[in-house]
Amino acid sequence: MPLELIGITVLWTFLYGYVIIASIDFGAGFFSYYSMLTKKEHIVSQIIDRYLSPVWEVTNVFLVFFFVGLVGFFPDTAYYYGTALLIPGGIALLLLSIRGSFYAFANYGARKSRIYMFLYGITGLFIPASLSTVLTISEGGFIEKVGENVVFHADRLLMSPYSWSVVFLALVSILYISASFLTFYADKANDIQARDLLRRYALFWSGPTILASLLVFWGISKHNPEHFRSMLDIAWMFVASLICFFVAIYLIWKKKRLGLAFTFVMLQFAFAFYGYGFGHLPYLLYPYITIQSALTNSTMGWALVIAFIAGLCLLIPSLYLLLRLFLFNAKYVQGRK
Amino acid sequence: MDSVMWSRLLTAETLGFHIIWATIGVGVPIFISLAEGWGIYKKDPHYILMAKRWTRGFVITVAVGVVTGTCIGLMLSLLWPQFMKLVGNIISLPLFLETFAFFFEAIFLGIYLYTWDRFKNPIYHWLTSIPIIIGSTLSAVFITTVNAFMNTPQGFKLDKITGKISDIDPIAAMLNPSTPSQVAHVVSSAYLTSGFLLAGIAAYHILKGRKHDYYKKALRLTMISGFVLAILTIIAGDLSGKFLAKHQPAKLAAAEWHFETQTHAPLIIGGTLDEKTLEVKNAIVIPNVLSILAHNTPSGKVIGLKDIPRDEWPPLYIHYLFDIMVLIGVYLLIVSGLFLFCLIRKKRNEWNKWLLRSIVLGAPLAFIAIEAGWIYAEVGRQPWIINKIMRVDQAATTATQVDSMFYLFTALYIALTLIASMVLIRLFRNKGPEAELEKIASHSSGGMKNAT
Repeated sequence: MPLELIGITVLWTFLYGYVIIASIDFGAGFFSYYSMLTKKEHIVSQIIDRYLSPVWEVTNVFLVFFFVGLVGFFPDTAYYYGTALLIPGGIALLLLSIRGSFYAFANYGARKSRIYMFLYGITGLFIPASLSTVLTISEGGFIEKVGENVVFHADRLLMSPYSWSVVFLALVSILYISASFLTFYADKANDIQARDLLRRYALFWSGPTILASLLVFWGISKHNPEHFRSMLDIAWMFVASLICFFVAIYLIWKKKRLGLAFTFVMLQFAFAFYGYGFGHLPYLLYPYITIQSALTNSTMGWALVIAFIAGLCLLIPSLYLLLRLFLFNAKYVQGRK
Repeated sequence: MDSVMWSRLLTAETLGFHIIWATIGVGVPIFISLAEGWGIYKKDPHYILMAKRWTRGFVITVAVGVVTGTCIGLMLSLLWPQFMKLVGNIISLPLFLETFAFFFEAIFLGIYLYTWDRFKNPIYHWLTSIPIIIGSTLSAVFITTVNAFMNTPQGFKLDKITGKISDIDPIAAMLNPSTPSQVAHVVSSAYLTSGFLLAGIAAYHILKGRKHDYYKKALRLTMISGFVLAILTIIAGDLSGKFLAKHQPAKLAAAEWHFETQTHAPLIIGGTLDEKTLEVKNAIVIPNVLSILAHNTPSGKVIGLKDIPRDEWPPLYIHYLFDIMVLIGVYLLIVSGLFLFCLIRKKRNEWNKWLLRSIVLGAPLAFIAIEAGWIYAEVGRQPWIINKIMRVDQAATTATQVDSMFYLFTALYIALTLIASMVLIRLFRNKGPEAELEKIASHSSGGMKNAT
């Protein structure tokens, strides 16, 4: 496999990892706050806290990995995106900062504060919205190279129906992914009340998720027909995604094998995410950067791949330990340890 | 102001804010691990509680460190896109490795926090503190190699005409001449500063009249290690001086207002400078010492600023920053040395009020030294962003809204400082270790010695 393809696959995988883990995290923050508002805190907050507390720091790393790796493999992206994304990037950073620190303030501080919980819960909804603009911009039409300068047309982004459909998809899918994971987690904890509440959330958000996906399809076909055509060439991936969705919903509906159900949710997003990404190739930023043009140095590319493999050898056992201790430890999940 | 200036301000502000928390993040795990390990070894619940209480505060500071670290990581591309385009390929390996180290730390911090009572043998819990130390220290090491690269770039070929970079050697770029001395100085000073932070807290409570052994043990632990770390930091600083004399003479000369290239160069402390005539007034001048600092011998020749083109001079105010850093370093050595002296000579009283006050003062001073040292190191590289390769004004973004970003982040940092301090104070006020120790003692009746 050529280096640039390895590079983008590794990065895309990290981004996928971030999408899943961060969705659980963002959604959980929102549900946590929502349950506080609706006085159902006693039902779900313990489940959410027990899951989130040991892993919240890990989530951030996936994102950092992605952008450090992207700039490392494809430094041209730093030039274009860096110049263009000052405002949306800055706002995303601001929200991430508020969210990360207020999680710690709320959960490790002396007492739970409503304001901290509010900031933590609400920023989780805006971060995906601001981050998803990067994907929208990558479709082209929002960044223009004028002479030596890179110009970003923020007004076009704000007026584009496609851009809003992506934001909408990001929002509803985090709630859907998060709720379906937490349903599984609550079920493992034998917390029937929490499970049933979270299950209702999961079913509720599944409809908008599929609706939003269709909107995004329609948006791409209008905005970047070339990308849409290459997505049609691999239409089976999107069909597979839809099938996984139905399987997941069926299992959640029947309250059966919720772990498997969540696996299907993950597969649903994996098929759609990789299908979208594969269709996007070879462009990193349409039409300025392709993976071939941006990969300027292969020595560094290989060094990064080696570092990546070495890092994984260290990380996978540690992650496994973390999951063993907290996620798949029945006693811990049930609150007995 | 143009976006270059705003970009510089925003970067400086973010880094200046980040290093406070990053220093704590790198240094405090060492002390947590030391306390827990010693407590297990001595079967002394005081030290275990110390580790627990330090960890509680540590998590809050780590959170702010993590988010500001993410900020600076992304801002590199947002504010300095030309810089990243040019060298993104060279520095991405250490940046990538830094993230790995941080990942490792994040995983084990989660485990450490939630497994205090999970293992039958406490050694296992203590063992999970080791990856935290490795992760936090290694991330400091990797990120410092990036900064070192900007001081002494190597490991690539630059085509002056096309401006393209080729023949990259990632390892050589990481192990550039600045790396050893910079890494040693950054890591040792972070440990030292964290030691003084914790010592300052203990000393403050003793001054307030708390008599419990807990505080005395905390102070002894931090001050003994503080003394060792102060020596190491000063040695590392000396190495950095020698390195600068050889590789970045402009920075050293500007720091010392050293204009004429000469042997037997004097060290200048304080004073004022007439920028037009380059005359130094009111300064303490110690003959020969700069030559000794730079070359270990009074006859060593130190390059003066007049041998460097005027448009490549760093700002001359960095002299004061250099002085502040060095003087505070010496102060910390003396204070911890005095404490140790009194501790060993039983006749002396190490709980002397003035000594305790000096320790309390040492904590903020250590942080001031860190800030002064970093500003000196960074501003001392001006006008270059990458020494002799790229000037700062060629690297900044062309986007025009940097000023509003600056205001936005200023507000964020102020808010984070205030709220984090408030949370930390609330976490510990009226919740002294005495009550917690009593609880432990009543739970485990007998068995533990020293459990008073």
